[in-house]
Amino acid sequence: MKKLFLGVLTALALAAGGTFAGTLDDVKARGNLLCGVSTGAPGFATVDDSGKDVGFDVDYCRALAAAIFGDPMAVKFVGLTSAVRFTALAAGEVDILARNTTWTYSRDTDLKQTFLGVNYYDGQGFMVKKELGVKSTTELDGATVCIQVGTTTELNLADYFKENGMSYEPVPTADNAESQQQYLAGACDTYTTDASALHGTRVNLENPDDHLVLPEIISKEPLGPLVRHGDDNWADIGRWVLNALVIAEEKGITKGNIDSWKDTKDAEIHRLLGTGDDDILAMVGLPKNAMYNAIKAGGNYGEIFENNLGATSGINIERGVNASWTKGGILYSPPFR
Amino acid sequence: MMTKIAFVRKKEIPPSAPPITEVGLIGWLRQNLFSSWLNSILTVLSVYFIVVILWDFIPWAYGGHWNTKSLRECLDLDPDVACFSVLTARWKQLLFGLYPAEEYWRPTLTFMFLLLAIVPILFPRFFRFFWFSIIYPGLAVWLLWGGSFWSISIVYIGLTLGALFFLSLIRRYLKNYMVAAILAFLFTAVFFLFISNPLVGLLNVILPISLPFVESLKMGGFTLSLIVGVTGIVASFPIGILLALGRQSNLPVIKMICVGFIEFIRGVPLITLLFVASVLLNYFLPPGTNFDIVLRVVIMVTLFSAAYMAEVIRGGLAGLPLGQHEASASLGLTYWQSQRLIIMPQALKISIPGIVNTFIGLFKDTTLVSIISLRDPVGLASTIRADQKWNGIYWELYVAIGLMFFIFCWGMSQYSQYLERKLKTDK
Repeated sequence: MKKLFLGVLTALALAAGGTFAGTLDDVKARGNLLCGVSTGAPGFATVDDSGKDVGFDVDYCRALAAAIFGDPMAVKFVGLTSAVRFTALAAGEVDILARNTTWTYSRDTDLKQTFLGVNYYDGQGFMVKKELGVKSTTELDGATVCIQVGTTTELNLADYFKENGMSYEPVPTADNAESQQQYLAGACDTYTTDASALHGTRVNLENPDDHLVLPEIISKEPLGPLVRHGDDNWADIGRWVLNALVIAEEKGITKGNIDSWKDTKDAEIHRLLGTGDDDILAMVGLPKNAMYNAIKAGGNYGEIFENNLGATSGINIERGVNASWTKGGILYSPPFR
Repeated sequence: MMTKIAFVRKKEIPPSAPPITEVGLIGWLRQNLFSSWLNSILTVLSVYFIVVILWDFIPWAYGGHWNTKSLRECLDLDPDVACFSVLTARWKQLLFGLYPAEEYWRPTLTFMFLLLAIVPILFPRFFRFFWFSIIYPGLAVWLLWGGSFWSISIVYIGLTLGALFFLSLIRRYLKNYMVAAILAFLFTAVFFLFISNPLVGLLNVILPISLPFVESLKMGGFTLSLIVGVTGIVASFPIGILLALGRQSNLPVIKMICVGFIEFIRGVPLITLLFVASVLLNYFLPPGTNFDIVLRVVIMVTLFSAAYMAEVIRGGLAGLPLGQHEASASLGLTYWQSQRLIIMPQALKISIPGIVNTFIGLFKDTTLVSIISLRDPVGLASTIRADQKWNGIYWELYVAIGLMFFIFCWGMSQYSQYLERKLKTDK
């Protein structure tokens, strides 16, 4: 019965998806991009004091809107909780989901979505009080751990402690804010969630120096934007806007100096910025200067990172694996050719 | 012979003062707080807990920072007191959500009109202003969402024309209410299907009155709580009455529909219905259909609360002696007359505590919409915490949100007590 119900749902979703053949055309006709972001994830998406949408995922969508319309403001942000994000995408409430979502096999296949790449390599970490004297996660045997229930982090935690032959006592919480309160109140020795969130939380504790984010990352959480199955051209557009931002950083193209590359000998830069002769962006239905506009919107990947997650943002996350491959990280875009 | 009487009191003895332990502060304390050993222990314990909580809370709240730029700044100044600066920075968002700042006057005005519109309903002596309560819903929708004034007014125009048509029919030509009602319904349907759109277009050209359109995505904060809560309360009450009557009806079809509806809704948690509204409906509607999310939520909340309301009112109906029904029937009153004049006034009076209970519950349940991504105050709290400036703020936001909800719920409860006192006929 359940199978039948799901089957009917899928059939309806597919029928619905069928009419979405040209997401780009729909978006152009509507005049703005509908971008699903988190209702609140530090550094990734929130609204600032003046009500403006800000964040790492927000800036990616602004770049995408700039690529399509030449206007980074031609985007409507739809805040989505984790409970409704995938259905909102599948049902066409948003054109693209950039909601610090981990790319996993089942989400890619079973949920019929296309991940466009990785815009942030996250991983699960632990925070402890320095007075505990713990320097590594391997010393956490027997610890009480504050853990958000119903998340992948809960499963990772169980796996990790089992693999290392350690025991722990979980203290279940509903969200990061509650984990933090429990941890500060002494209900648990350590609390675990994505390392990006741990850094953001630590900076705003009463005495950040009394707390330590342990160096080990126990899981892979590659976060990235995703779209529905069934519109490869739309997926290509999203993927290559992301790649363009990465290439721009690799080549040293920034928001500030983007206009000074007209005389460069680097043919890839000309292709990217649309300053050369060949217009390869016509292949996906974008204007020749689409990537120029995308980079101009919020800067290259590195600038977006700095503004939302790095030193400028106050969260102070280091680039680490999220640095370009030329600087020891694993960010690597296929060539723009 | 006269008995010799040594002394006869001419005046009454002035009453001596009652013992000091029975009057004044001490008497009050003895009677109310220390009347028995158990009460004394409870009093001492309560006072102890109140003092302990206030001992921490008052310095924390009283010394709170209001003007810092971020939580970090608060902590650097004095980490042991509240950081209310987040409210200074975000109070507008908590009240209006992401509503455009230059349009804040619209939800404000809507709220003030709401206070005016409920006065005639709450206090009978202002009943002559009831017309305002009738036009208020349309006015509120227009003010909040904006767009053309005429596309809202046309609803009123259409319904008024339909009603006039109905009245003139039964006055002049027809004595059969049923046929007149069907004809009036057809008339109204024709009006809305074929006449209203061109008429709105025409009116827009002749006299364009419109406000900038604000989409539901921007609604949030207490504005959203009030939209969902007030609409739910107002709409669920009549639906609840009809369902309660339907459940007691002698017509099996009506009875079955009402029982089925009530039992289904009561058997499903509200959050499930909200998920249906937010997620599942989209699969069944044709793509591109823009079925407003706030409207979807309001409908679900209304249906949910109507089912509970129906049961509360059924309780009131069950509390009436059967003699009341029989008496009204023997007077020759029709079903609706007896409901209107005899049954409902008494049944509703008995149900007041339960009705207000349901209202308050509904109003607080509006915070559940944060789970389906709407930015009500609780949803906004997590959005605000996601701003690195305020990451880690917890109690200040929830204290403020709790206080706002308390004011509304306490107000409702006070009104219900006033109403009970006023309607009390038996001593």
